Amino acid sequence: MNFDPRFSGRKFASVGTRPIRPDGIDKVTGRARYGADFNMAGQLVGRILRSPHAHAVIKKIDTSKAEKLAGVKAVITAKDLPDLTDGDAAMYDILDNSMARKKALYDGHAVAAVAAIDARTAREALKLIEVDYEVLPHVTDVDEAAQHHAPLINDQVFTEGLEEKPAKPSNITKRTQFGHGDVHAGFAQADFIVERSFKTEQTHQGYIEPHACVASVNPDGTADLWVCTQGHFVYRQHCAQLLGLEASKLRVTSSEIGGGFGGKTHVWAEPVALALSRKAGRPVKLVMTRDEVFRASGPTSATSIDVKIGAKKDGTITAAEATLRYSCGPYAGSWAEIGAMTAFACYKLENVKTVGYEVLVNRPKTAAYRAPSAPMAAFAVESVVDELAKELGMDAVDFRIKNAAQEGTRSSYGPVYGPIGIGPTLEAVKNHPHMKAPLKANQGRGMACGFWFNFGGQTCTDLNIGMDGTVSLAVGTVDVGGSRASLSLVAAEELGIDYSQVKAVVADTSSLGYNDMTDGSRGTFSSSMATISAARNAIKILRERAAQTWDIPVEDVVWEKGHAIAKGEKYGNLSPLSLKDIAAASGKTGGPIAGHSELVADGAGVSFATHICDVEVDPETGSTRVIRYTVVQDAGKAVHPTYVEGQYQGGAAQGIGWALNEEYIYGKDGRLQNPGFLDYRIPVCSDLPMIDTQILEIPNPNHPYGVRGVGETSIVPPLAAIANAVSNAVGVRMTHIPMSPPRILAALEAEREG
Amino acid sequence: MRYIRPLSIEDAVGELAKAVGPAAILAGGSDLLVRMKGGFIEPELIVDIKRIGGLADITETADGFRIGAAVPCAVLGENKALRQAWPGVVEAANLIGSKQVQGRCTITGNLCNASPAADSVPALVAAGAKAVVAGPSGKRTIAVESVPTGPGRTSLAKGEIVEAILLDKRPEHAGDAYLRFIPRTEMDIAVVSAGVNLTLDDKGAIKTARVALGAAAPTVLLVEEAGQVLVGSKLDEATLERLAKICSGACRPIDDKRGTIEFRRKVAGVLARRVAAIAYKRAGGK
Repeated sequence: MNFDPRFSGRKFASVGTRPIRPDGIDKVTGRARYGADFNMAGQLVGRILRSPHAHAVIKKIDTSKAEKLAGVKAVITAKDLPDLTDGDAAMYDILDNSMARKKALYDGHAVAAVAAIDARTAREALKLIEVDYEVLPHVTDVDEAAQHHAPLINDQVFTEGLEEKPAKPSNITKRTQFGHGDVHAGFAQADFIVERSFKTEQTHQGYIEPHACVASVNPDGTADLWVCTQGHFVYRQHCAQLLGLEASKLRVTSSEIGGGFGGKTHVWAEPVALALSRKAGRPVKLVMTRDEVFRASGPTSATSIDVKIGAKKDGTITAAEATLRYSCGPYAGSWAEIGAMTAFACYKLENVKTVGYEVLVNRPKTAAYRAPSAPMAAFAVESVVDELAKELGMDAVDFRIKNAAQEGTRSSYGPVYGPIGIGPTLEAVKNHPHMKAPLKANQGRGMACGFWFNFGGQTCTDLNIGMDGTVSLAVGTVDVGGSRASLSLVAAEELGIDYSQVKAVVADTSSLGYNDMTDGSRGTFSSSMATISAARNAIKILRERAAQTWDIPVEDVVWEKGHAIAKGEKYGNLSPLSLKDIAAASGKTGGPIAGHSELVADGAGVSFATHICDVEVDPETGSTRVIRYTVVQDAGKAVHPTYVEGQYQGGAAQGIGWALNEEYIYGKDGRLQNPGFLDYRIPVCSDLPMIDTQILEIPNPNHPYGVRGVGETSIVPPLAAIANAVSNAVGVRMTHIPMSPPRILAALEAEREG
Repeated sequence: MRYIRPLSIEDAVGELAKAVGPAAILAGGSDLLVRMKGGFIEPELIVDIKRIGGLADITETADGFRIGAAVPCAVLGENKALRQAWPGVVEAANLIGSKQVQGRCTITGNLCNASPAADSVPALVAAGAKAVVAGPSGKRTIAVESVPTGPGRTSLAKGEIVEAILLDKRPEHAGDAYLRFIPRTEMDIAVVSAGVNLTLDDKGAIKTARVALGAAAPTVLLVEEAGQVLVGSKLDEATLERLAKICSGACRPIDDKRGTIEFRRKVAGVLARRVAAIAYKRAGGK
């Protein structure tokens, strides 16, 4: 395939318009089928028994009473999921997380499961399973877990990334370091230095749809899985490996998805459902309750971060340093590493050093959450940047503009930037009317910047042209935010036809080649690239068919605005053939017309955003209301601007919840105290102002249309922007997220008492 | 599990009295069904009281109002006479859960669920509301504050049902109000709350006052000393300061996922001040 992905600077007809999404009516009428909406004949109800202990050896599990209960068709424990991971440590962790093998490592860790004829019987059966635990000391706090005397979660963990292998095991699985220059020399040149420590609590993605699947393992060794996921091909690989199935014999169909935000990138319940179905010989439906979602899916890290930045009187940053400790749950991760990479990515720095420590705790296994790890690092860094600007007597925006990264800057994590949007977003903020709007008493304004890498990855699409001239587009990236509409626009653009003639679907794993999951803001970036490639392949065939019809060389046929045109004066009497004309005749000219594409979408352009936030704080109660919020972000090219705006607003909304109220609260017993939406407080509609957006378009040179991913960057600045706003409103620097009313009031009282 | 829907209070009481296993009363179900779905309780008998004659009605009597045990909170908000007489009770009832929940939940259920954070209860206690209890040995009328005895526990005996809440007729120059603190704007549960009910004399000085606090102790607290400090005043700054101090001091809160002891103490005083000012204004005070 000779596909040229370079940006071409073309003029657009469809891309950039705002048509209605193809999945809209089904979603607003309740007809759309989510994970729990699929059913099969003879299906059983699966339920999971979970550890009530944060850390305990599983000495014995007696399932005999449960097995004897009428209506129970299968009971499984870790024995029914034998270890087939063959030394793959990451897969072993997924297996152990799906069903605890030797120890329960957190409150909510699965230890057994049942499949029964109905939910009542299944619940009853869980009560009949007897688990003999030896309770061990536990640790849930990231700083406590990093201490050398902390209870050990895994005695085989010796910190990686140190010059010498440590003599003793610890809860720190890995140390990573990034940067360049000499920070000691840099700080020596500084006129002002600000140094602070920060904490952020663990949050959950808070997707509205709980995990749900239906698994059916057939006697012939084939299996089907219908599941709510961000990546059905990845689920197929993982489940096939864990269950000992051949990937091609496990067909995974992704349902509509009621939110994922990174939380539906890992298997938890799916291998259990398959194992239950295999044992029972019947399909099994497994739907997690909200309590289970909070206790046993994959929230983000809790963190503890130290930041030090120095600058000269003229505002030039001379050195920047950060140490980041991120909780991983009980299994190794690379969350602090990502935080360490993103922390100073917005700035042009001569001397920069970041160090990340991955810390094991007795909490659920950390999973991705929208630009994973970046919001916490940005909170710490952007708070110090703001404070340093104040020390310098400089405007917070001007200080950032002076030090902003630009094309050619070597980033703090290594690569040299191409064309980027941090400078333009800052300039846009500086000129935004929001920055000049007056503030009343107890109100404060804050702003902050954010960065995200964006990913590309393996992608495969099929584009089939029907005989009526309409186009079916089959993609393998799950649609989490309107990508079927965006990809239809791209197909229409490339083919030169109307959006209404294209219908995009998400194909199952047996219908299309492998696709990486929808993460890293890659859905529209990578699948649009593959769609453009597939459309160009189809156009090649369309031109051939026209050439054949006209009996002229294909080189003389061009494709313009949905038509084959014979090029040159000698063909003056040939009327153009439309896509519809060619499709109608396809049966006689060589059969169906299709374009296929498989590629690795390289060159995902990095993404930057700057946010502005106004808050009002009640000084007597610490209650904070966000009264105005503006997002400015580079989209490269907004394929469907409405859904780009939706991503900007969604990230800001989640960031507001995280900044102000959301947190995992563990009791001294290591149990999660608030596994429900009553006490895990995501914002409700009336908590949020209308979130204004401004889309900037600095084209990505590595995409034909200039597209960059847009889904994740929007959650990176809010924690910092809101913390800066609150700090400006109350005159006290807030260093602990969430800034819940008790924390704000305590900070104010402490300040009053001096 | 057996579900029944009796048509008389006597039948309901009879069924509850002879129930062998755990039994539950169903009105709006906004607490009961959530607890059943969560697997916290598995009642063997559910007695739905919505079809019992009179229990779904608000009646204006010579003495005031009788609010049947099955009247949804949203219906309280639609009753103009009740809203005018007892705006604090109505605003408390209309803060519970969400709009959808308010279409189902009842103030009697809120009282008998016995949560210290129940929104309508501090307002009812401040209002001096009474509960009509029907039981195997007949009927009795008791102060609402004597119904809950601790989180999830009530003074009701086996077979007893609260069939109505009574509110007095209002004199001239009377006002009540309720405020709660929640970190969000709605769909939340009180971290701490306060209800105040006042009457004024002809000169605008406070004649009678009742102050109640929610989520500040194992049960809703009637803070008599706080009421006394208001009597005779026109709500000057010094009185408000004393009110706040007394309310903060009266709290016996706990540290939990919703708030700290210090936070609850401080905010109980803040809310008492603010809510007293609203009640005073509603009573015609200036």
